[in-house]
Amino acid sequence: MFSGLRTTVAATAVSASALFAAAPAMAEVEIEYWQYFFDARVTAMEQLIENFEAANPDITVTMTHFPYANYRTQVAAAIPAGEGPDVVQLFYGWLNDYVEADLIQPLPADVFSPAEIEAEFFPMVSAMEQDGQYWALPTAVRSLALFYNERLFEAAGIDGPPETLDELVEIAAALTERDGAGNITQVGLTTGMTAQDHHWFREVLVRQFGGSPYSDDYRTVTYNDDAGRAALEFYTDLQEEHGVTQVLFMDEPQAAFRAGRAGMHIDGSFRIGALNDTRGLNWGVAELPAGSDGTRSNYSSYWVNAITSQAEGEKYDAAVLFMEYITSPEAMEIWLEVVGELPARQAVGMTDENANDPVYGPFIRGLAYANTTRFADESAQRQLMVEMVERVQLQGASVADSLATAAEAEQALLDDYYGE
Amino acid sequence: MADTSQSDDMSPGARSGLSARWHRLSIRQKQVVWAWAFLAVPIVFYVVVRFYPTGNAFVLSFQEWNLLGSREWVGFENYVDLWNDPVFWIVFVNTFEYLIIGTPISLVISFFVAYHLDKVRFMHGTIRALYFLPFMTSAVAMAWVWRWFYQPVPIGVFNNFLAQFGIPQIEFLQSTSIALPAVLAPAVWAGLGFQVIIFMAGLRAIPPTYYEAARVDGVSNWTMLWEITLPLLKPTIVFLVVFSSIGFLRIFDHVFNMTTNNPGGPLNSTKPLVLMIYETAFGGRSQMGAAAAQTVVLFVILLIVSLVQLRILRDR
Repeated sequence: MFSGLRTTVAATAVSASALFAAAPAMAEVEIEYWQYFFDARVTAMEQLIENFEAANPDITVTMTHFPYANYRTQVAAAIPAGEGPDVVQLFYGWLNDYVEADLIQPLPADVFSPAEIEAEFFPMVSAMEQDGQYWALPTAVRSLALFYNERLFEAAGIDGPPETLDELVEIAAALTERDGAGNITQVGLTTGMTAQDHHWFREVLVRQFGGSPYSDDYRTVTYNDDAGRAALEFYTDLQEEHGVTQVLFMDEPQAAFRAGRAGMHIDGSFRIGALNDTRGLNWGVAELPAGSDGTRSNYSSYWVNAITSQAEGEKYDAAVLFMEYITSPEAMEIWLEVVGELPARQAVGMTDENANDPVYGPFIRGLAYANTTRFADESAQRQLMVEMVERVQLQGASVADSLATAAEAEQALLDDYYGE
Repeated sequence: MADTSQSDDMSPGARSGLSARWHRLSIRQKQVVWAWAFLAVPIVFYVVVRFYPTGNAFVLSFQEWNLLGSREWVGFENYVDLWNDPVFWIVFVNTFEYLIIGTPISLVISFFVAYHLDKVRFMHGTIRALYFLPFMTSAVAMAWVWRWFYQPVPIGVFNNFLAQFGIPQIEFLQSTSIALPAVLAPAVWAGLGFQVIIFMAGLRAIPPTYYEAARVDGVSNWTMLWEITLPLLKPTIVFLVVFSSIGFLRIFDHVFNMTTNNPGGPLNSTKPLVLMIYETAFGGRSQMGAAAAQTVVLFVILLIVSLVQLRILRDR
């Protein structure tokens, strides 16, 4: 709750206006909500809207969704034309662009107090704050964990998932299989910077080898040092030295894992649904392995909701109420149940039941120490990581040179984006 | 608006004036008016959907715009950045590699197929349909199937085949040297059917009397091919060279679908210009101005290549 008293006042006001239907303040407002199309997200949002409308009979919420590929363009075209949504969903990494283009307005500090948000939400949500005010809030967040194939573990006589990076390599070696010609037919661990590994490298491995990937404001690349080199060497050695993986084995890491041809696989909580639908696959989840000195880290990303700049007057009031509901503990419970994404509030996520859940638990525990990269251009920055590994594996470049090239290119990209 | 009474007076008069003028037109003139009335629809359509965006792209190439904010004039900055971008030059070379490898190979194969198919009577229609089938198949579906063909063991057909004979794996899509021809192969194959059909139409159009006369003179098949068939096929060849060159210069769907996770990779070795444009425009930062500049460059390349080909192939 943001403020018990305030909610009571608001509830009273709403029910009072329901009694006196003629009251102009809350008479039959219709607000529009936009998100991108993903089956479970749409279903969950439909439930939330239904609950919200039951509690606020004067407000109608219309949801519109678009294919992901068109989403950004649609929003950009609609809002300046006064056509678009009153409440909009956006990726956390887009916040800067949206704020700069005046597409969204800050959340009212009296309802969404920054101090309370910082106390109640998981720490990485603070990325949504600019100039002392919050511009957007998530319902749910996601993090990484290590999926493992229980059947393959059993067959290889391994008791449980690795606790440390050294154990990861050891167990992966035991799970790797090759044919007579030495070609890999089953990988111990999936790898591929095109999937989630670029997050694992940046926010997890670099930190575990004693470095930090970026400066605190994420405008300066700082991984081009001994720690970064050690991290990249560890990553490329998985294939080059230990031979426990093959980049993009079976085309896509998640495909290899789903096909039962991979012992372990690092992926996000959003993969749970797809894995649940895979018949004959017995899998478990563990927290990402710790570094040799016990350092744990994780990467978290999330989608947020914000009030657009075109919401004014009674639509604005309705939008605030709606934002308050979809960031409430109740909404987060529903979202976890329907979509499988983790609650953004610590109190909801860290309940004993959730934190000890065999599937969600490792992800939720990971949130406590997760970092969120502030991307200027996520796909371009990922591409640099992809090429960094390719230079080592395809062109025989040294780890140090390749890392330096990537760091330089990424710094140029960040400088260009932040106009420096 | 202010003077409504006057316009009310005017309109019946104007209307009758118009209809009087219409009646005074000759049938020929009326036909012209009607022709323009019908032509107006596609013209308006083309202006709105083609010419306006094209003009807009030229303007946009001198601006900076991320779709969200307002456009800002930056002069030639987009072009200068492009010139200094090492990736652009890799992409530039790739684009021409697609053209220089793809066009001759596809033309030679399709001519070979058409030339022999023309002589076959047995199951002629079926064979022709088989060649045409890939052309009708969705490029996306085809690209994905080939992408899986190319995988290493245990899922790739080609590599599984090689592995059975103990031949080392070929990293088709994970190699900076083999990936481009590997991506190009299905694109060539897909276009073959169309080219075969066009070549066959061209072959059929050559009067059989020339061949009869040549045969009477005792000319070999090889000479007939060089002295009769190919020279008379010139218009067909010109058409196909220009058409397939434009196609290879604009290659996108095969590359994009075969390398979705790492578009144009590995290390940009398969990236064509159109894919670069797509990434610049619709990637994370939506740099529409830079993408428009790349589009203008592509337009200029297409224009020059087409003009040069038309000139070379027409003159001789």
